[in-house]
Amino acid sequence: MTNALELKNISVIYGEGTPFRKAALNNINTSFPKGEITGIIGHTGSGKSTLASLLNGLSKPTEGEVLLFGENIWAKPKEMVKIRSRVGLVFQYPEYQLFDETVESDISFGPKNMGLPDDEIKKRVKLASEFCGLSEKELKRSPFELSGGQKRRVAIAGVLAMQPEVLVLDEPAAGLDPKGREEILGGLTEYKNIYGTTLIIISHSMEDIANYADNILVMKDGEVYMQGGVHEIFMQAEKLFDAKLDLPQITKLFIELKKRNLCENTDVYTVGYAKKEIEKAITSK
Amino acid sequence: MLKDVTFGQYYPGNSLLHRTDPRIKLIILVEYLVLVLVAESELAALTSLAFTGFLIAVSGVRFSVLIKSAKPLIFVLAFTAIVNLFFTVGEGEPLVSFYFIKIYQSGIRNAVMMLLRLLSLVLGTSVLISFTTSPLELTDAIESVLSPLKKIKVPVHEFAMMMSIALRFIPTLIEETNKIISAQKARCADFESGNLLKRLKALIPILIPLFVSAVRRAEELADAMECRCYHGGEGRTKLKVMKSDAKDYVFLVTVTLITVAVFFLNRLTWSEVVGFCADIF
Repeated sequence: MTNALELKNISVIYGEGTPFRKAALNNINTSFPKGEITGIIGHTGSGKSTLASLLNGLSKPTEGEVLLFGENIWAKPKEMVKIRSRVGLVFQYPEYQLFDETVESDISFGPKNMGLPDDEIKKRVKLASEFCGLSEKELKRSPFELSGGQKRRVAIAGVLAMQPEVLVLDEPAAGLDPKGREEILGGLTEYKNIYGTTLIIISHSMEDIANYADNILVMKDGEVYMQGGVHEIFMQAEKLFDAKLDLPQITKLFIELKKRNLCENTDVYTVGYAKKEIEKAITSK
Repeated sequence: MLKDVTFGQYYPGNSLLHRTDPRIKLIILVEYLVLVLVAESELAALTSLAFTGFLIAVSGVRFSVLIKSAKPLIFVLAFTAIVNLFFTVGEGEPLVSFYFIKIYQSGIRNAVMMLLRLLSLVLGTSVLISFTTSPLELTDAIESVLSPLKKIKVPVHEFAMMMSIALRFIPTLIEETNKIISAQKARCADFESGNLLKRLKALIPILIPLFVSAVRRAEELADAMECRCYHGGEGRTKLKVMKSDAKDYVFLVTVTLITVAVFFLNRLTWSEVVGFCADIF
């Protein structure tokens, strides 16, 4: 399995040499496998967003290396624009960065900056907006007259249209209604499955992580606290609670069910799987 | 890009100037400006310089901090001094005469006076107001000092409220700007290369979201204020009531006396002063 991104001995320290010295990230070693979805979870202030801004070279680590398919992204600082087109980053509440007259021209801002030809830009805009659930009619409208959820889709499409090899999303579904969450995260997963993009999703929602992620990276106080497959991480409930994190609600339900001897397994993380488990339990009784 | 912006360089402390009633400080500020600008003779200039030194000393602001705050003004100071040095046409023979460059004795005097005057203005006002008065105290003081204008229907409270809201939102907007810059950078936006026109155009993706969010924040704030029954200044009480005590009045009277003294010192020459002192003793 190749790694799309690899972090080696990464530390980010603010105010080095002053009394305000603060290590935002401390000796991080981790990797993000190509073509998979890695979820990053962690309590507020654990360094998730700082980590995200390192991945496309927006900020420079105080120590350590960020390797994109084996290459150090800081090797040629002048070609950082190239790196940024290969590692797309969608910030928290990206809807506040929209600026252009129409949705279409806003989505094409990134591809245009990459210097792509017009017909290629058009193709990419169409593709990105389809996966983000934007209709042809919406492309012609002003981004400022859309609803919050629609704006979010436009902003994500704006980064998706750059067709990055790695796509990092900081809380892509925060503040959306359940249907909107499902559509956005589902659309991204579908896109990933077709194009083999590596996805990194930062989220506070254990349900979203359980539903979509393949691997989980747990951050605590600027360090990698746990790392592994979804099953492996959610098995260790106690350790998660220590990091002020939680389990998906459905898993907590199954732990309670097991205590009452109503079912056998507690490794149930998604509602779909829970349904099957319950059906099994009912038929066996 | 905006990392170097420092604003409201309030320097927390508990010095005499920090403890002085901000309203008194505002009045002293006006007197101080008059004093520095009026001082013309050597004696008056020395007095104003000594008083500036006194203000700096009692402010408790570290000298290195002061120097740092005055640094951006080096060019203006140097320019003023040079213009005064070369372009003052004085009486008698020039001291230096080199082609069209003529330096007179009065030119040197003007240059030095101007330099000291500007430096005093900058350092004096900053220790008197910006370093030792928090922005909130300042707006409260302005509201209070200007409150007589309410009689002629000037919306003093509204101005003060606008000022404190504006000050409050400067850091928020800077943070917002940095976020937007990062977001557009992540979309491969390039702010650092190209000619002037291209760079100006590159600012559009920053400015439009910034304006949009400023307007949005303003609307939210207005709603939040209305929800908490804000209805203007009438009958509104303050969390911190400003009080003047004896020390403040002593300070005010002293500064007033110094200002009056400077007016007199301007008319006196050294010999007159010496004679005056001789008369006393």
